[in-house]
Amino acid sequence: MIDKRVRSLAEAVAGIRDGAVVLCGGFGASGQPDHLIHALIEQGAKDLVIVSNNAGAGHTGLAALLDAGRVRKVICSYPRSAGSVVFERLWAAGKVELELVPQGTLSERMRAAGAGLGGFYTPAGAGTKLAEGKEQRVIDGRLYVFEKPLKGDVALIRAERADRWGNLVYRKAARNFNPVMAMAADLTVVEVKETVGLGALDPEAIVTPGIFVDRVVEVGDPL
Amino acid sequence: MKPLSRRQIAWRAAQDVADGSYVNLGIGLPTLVSDFIPPGREIVFHSENGILGVGPAPPKGEEDRDLINATKQPITLLPGGCFFTHSDSFAMIRGGHLDLALLGAFEVSERGDLANWTTEDPEWPPGVGGAMDLAAGAREVRVLMEHTTKEATPRLRRRCTYPLTAAHVVRRVYTNLAVIDVTDEGLLVREIVPGMTLADLQAVTEPTLRLADDWRPLEAPAV
Repeated sequence: MIDKRVRSLAEAVAGIRDGAVVLCGGFGASGQPDHLIHALIEQGAKDLVIVSNNAGAGHTGLAALLDAGRVRKVICSYPRSAGSVVFERLWAAGKVELELVPQGTLSERMRAAGAGLGGFYTPAGAGTKLAEGKEQRVIDGRLYVFEKPLKGDVALIRAERADRWGNLVYRKAARNFNPVMAMAADLTVVEVKETVGLGALDPEAIVTPGIFVDRVVEVGDPL
Repeated sequence: MKPLSRRQIAWRAAQDVADGSYVNLGIGLPTLVSDFIPPGREIVFHSENGILGVGPAPPKGEEDRDLINATKQPITLLPGGCFFTHSDSFAMIRGGHLDLALLGAFEVSERGDLANWTTEDPEWPPGVGGAMDLAAGAREVRVLMEHTTKEATPRLRRRCTYPLTAAHVVRRVYTNLAVIDVTDEGLLVREIVPGMTLADLQAVTEPTLRLADDWRPLEAPAV
């Protein structure tokens, strides 16, 4: 019998170690797994490398994790947004490292990790400062930069509904990075609004097949 | 001489968006363009966070945290619109599937180099978002920006002084003073605000300008 549902948020984030590379879904607040992130703060892991599109806003979710001093490095495309005060303060004080990655490259590096690829050549960023130190080559007359896969020890993601096999559907644009992160980590943990019986999700509409998912925790609405 | 307002710059750029095109609007000034598409044209707006068919802002009180644009402002979804994951969103962007990207910029060079991701200000973290993917991948890139900085420094440069987003990609620039094409022979002025001469415009532009034989006054309604 396969049942990936866990009973508590504590159980959902158990075993995440100091220094882990943690992929965090979401685009701004939309699709960000705030319940799991707050559970991770409680759990206590530190020196984390966080991979996410943004670097948190306000004082919940990623911003709270940063504020708790648990993050050594952020890998993201766009750290500044309305209310990203915690990250800005830590960055200006030299207390958090930043690796800036073009948004499509961030997504594709994780897809490559999840798909078993050794990397890819992209035109995005080729010839720019963000390509410095990376291999660049001309393919069919166009300049590309080589980008390596980006694998997580853990992915923390949010979906709308799951069944006990871990099949997932999302809500509107809260989908964003969540499906690609689900496939790119050794341990994928999902918070969902609700769990449903096996067979209740339309197989034509399942976005993330359960093979990519390890733990499911039901949490209701976002924080 | 009356410079265009920001909304008028957006209005002018909107007049050139062809019926049936798939268009991405960059954050800031370009997001205003969707308000001014001439009636009768069907345009599909793409948002990098996984939306095709972006519609206007919702009425107050009907905002949805999972329906936002790249600037993270609330939007609606038009009939026929759909959601998809980040990998697919950036496959659309890099893969040449978007007809047009309208982007903001700090600077554009006379050969169409684009600088819009960092001013290397040590006080603030840089952010690239989807800019490098859009600049490299859209079939056509046009820029909307003020003609000069607040300190009256030209934003149209012989060579960009800020780090590049992409080289040789911008085809047309809409400013508060002019509409200018980037051609193999340099910058070609298509439209210029009434009361301003080419010499006046040249005085606030670094590279040498040429005036198109069929140039017109740059006029926009009060919007």
